[in-house]
Amino acid sequence: MSELNALMKAFGEAGGDKAILENNEIAHIAVDGHKLLSMNSVEGLVVDAKETMTGISAKVTVIEGIKIKNPVHLCFGVLHKKGTQKIKMDVRLEKNSSAHFIAHCVFPNAEKVRHIMDAVVDIGEGAEMRYSETHYHGLYGGIEVIPKSVVKIGKNGRYFTDFTLTTGRVGKLGMDYSVEAGENAVTELTARVFGHANDDINIKEKVVLSGKNSRSIIKTRVAIEDDAQAEVTGITEGNAEGARGHVDCMEIVKDRAIAKAIPIVNVTNPLAKVTHEAAIGSVDKRQVETLMAHGLTPEEAVDIIVKGILK
Amino acid sequence: MSLLDIKGLSYVAGDKKILDGFSMTIEDSEVHALLGTNGTGKSTLAYLVMGCEGYRPTSGEIVFYGNLINDLKIHERAQLGITMAWQEPVRFEGISVRDYITLKKTDVDPAHSLEMVGLHPELYLHRMVDKSLSGGERKRIELASILALHPKLAILDEPDSGIDMLSTQDIVNVINAFKEHGSSVLLITHREEIVIIADKASQICNGKVICSGNPSKVAEYYKSRKCLVCNGEVCAYV
Repeated sequence: MSELNALMKAFGEAGGDKAILENNEIAHIAVDGHKLLSMNSVEGLVVDAKETMTGISAKVTVIEGIKIKNPVHLCFGVLHKKGTQKIKMDVRLEKNSSAHFIAHCVFPNAEKVRHIMDAVVDIGEGAEMRYSETHYHGLYGGIEVIPKSVVKIGKNGRYFTDFTLTTGRVGKLGMDYSVEAGENAVTELTARVFGHANDDINIKEKVVLSGKNSRSIIKTRVAIEDDAQAEVTGITEGNAEGARGHVDCMEIVKDRAIAKAIPIVNVTNPLAKVTHEAAIGSVDKRQVETLMAHGLTPEEAVDIIVKGILK
Repeated sequence: MSLLDIKGLSYVAGDKKILDGFSMTIEDSEVHALLGTNGTGKSTLAYLVMGCEGYRPTSGEIVFYGNLINDLKIHERAQLGITMAWQEPVRFEGISVRDYITLKKTDVDPAHSLEMVGLHPELYLHRMVDKSLSGGERKRIELASILALHPKLAILDEPDSGIDMLSTQDIVNVINAFKEHGSSVLLITHREEIVIIADKASQICNGKVICSGNPSKVAEYYKSRKCLVCNGEVCAYV
């Protein structure tokens, strides 16, 4: 079986649609380890990707005024049991362009694998970018995921990101996202993670509202069980007139797991407003009782509640 | 054999006796209204019948279709056909109205259940049962989900309370829907105009039934009370 077929097989087993790589109207990059296996671009999207000693370096540009119709799929996998994959991404959305990137990160056999994502994103005036990253991990827990991104949003720009790691063991996660929002810019950062066994989760998301009337929400949902640990830091700075930010963190803890939430709110302009809410604890008793009154066992009730907050 | 037979039920929390030898029976397909002011023990009775955590009888018996259920857990009672709509239903993130209504009954039509509580299915089926719903919307969805279960006994804890309350006609419609399915209803309320839609009514005062029978007569009796909030003593006029 070719490396691409093996990657697509793993992608398909994780619930992905393999047909996206055969459709010429859908842009994609497929990478296994350090190898660039497949790539397709569409009109208005310029991709310059090359292999490096440790992974892939890609420069992606969406041309001014172009709205990419179909989502751009980024398939990153390490099918070997051991290895390091460094992905360096330089993404630029020119004025009034838009694109939706969907990253599929597939590490089904990882026993000692490091996946490092280092992204710099520049969203031009009036441009909109959506970035969804979904991880499919195996059951070994030998994976270390280190996604880092630095994002700058121009005037009237919009940036939405959604990170999901709820399938398989997390392993070790060290997420570090930082966003600076310009005038009238809007951003929404969402992360959902489910940790088991001795998984170690560290999420840090920061938004600096530097532009007048900029808006942001950081929403984090974490469930941990067994001996897993999670620390979530949500930082929002309100530095301009009319800036509005909100940090919303919820962590559900089971068994011997340990959770920590650190919301940091820093306002330097009296006309800015930033709020936060954080809730850590076991599953709400009233929620469980309500579902039990519908006939669900306590275990079924907890399962539905946890799946709900991670959805 | 009665559907529900509560015999001499007492419940003590700390040094306070909430229920004191409470007795009541509910027959098959009967709508039984339980009327009482705040603090008389209505919700405590509901939690005891449903089997909520921390609510076990200090003494007395709760018998369902001839079987003592004092020690059964909530879901075990639910599997027998007992369910409850809480006075203030909780919210759930990430669970759609459609999924909530069909949680345990995948063969029911959730749209029909919503229509029975006065909600347009096309506007609600895809919404989440979360804090985006108003108090009244959440309450109606809870009633729809209870209706979909086709329970043998539905305990409705003050469906008429709250800032976005259901109207008397809304309650009548819901009760009629339960009747169509042959369900019995324990309807807890402190509004006398709701009581008259029941088949039978009882007034609770200081943890015990002080009047039971024809709903209109019980409502009249209740209206003539002198207390607005239970003061912990059985009303002097009794």
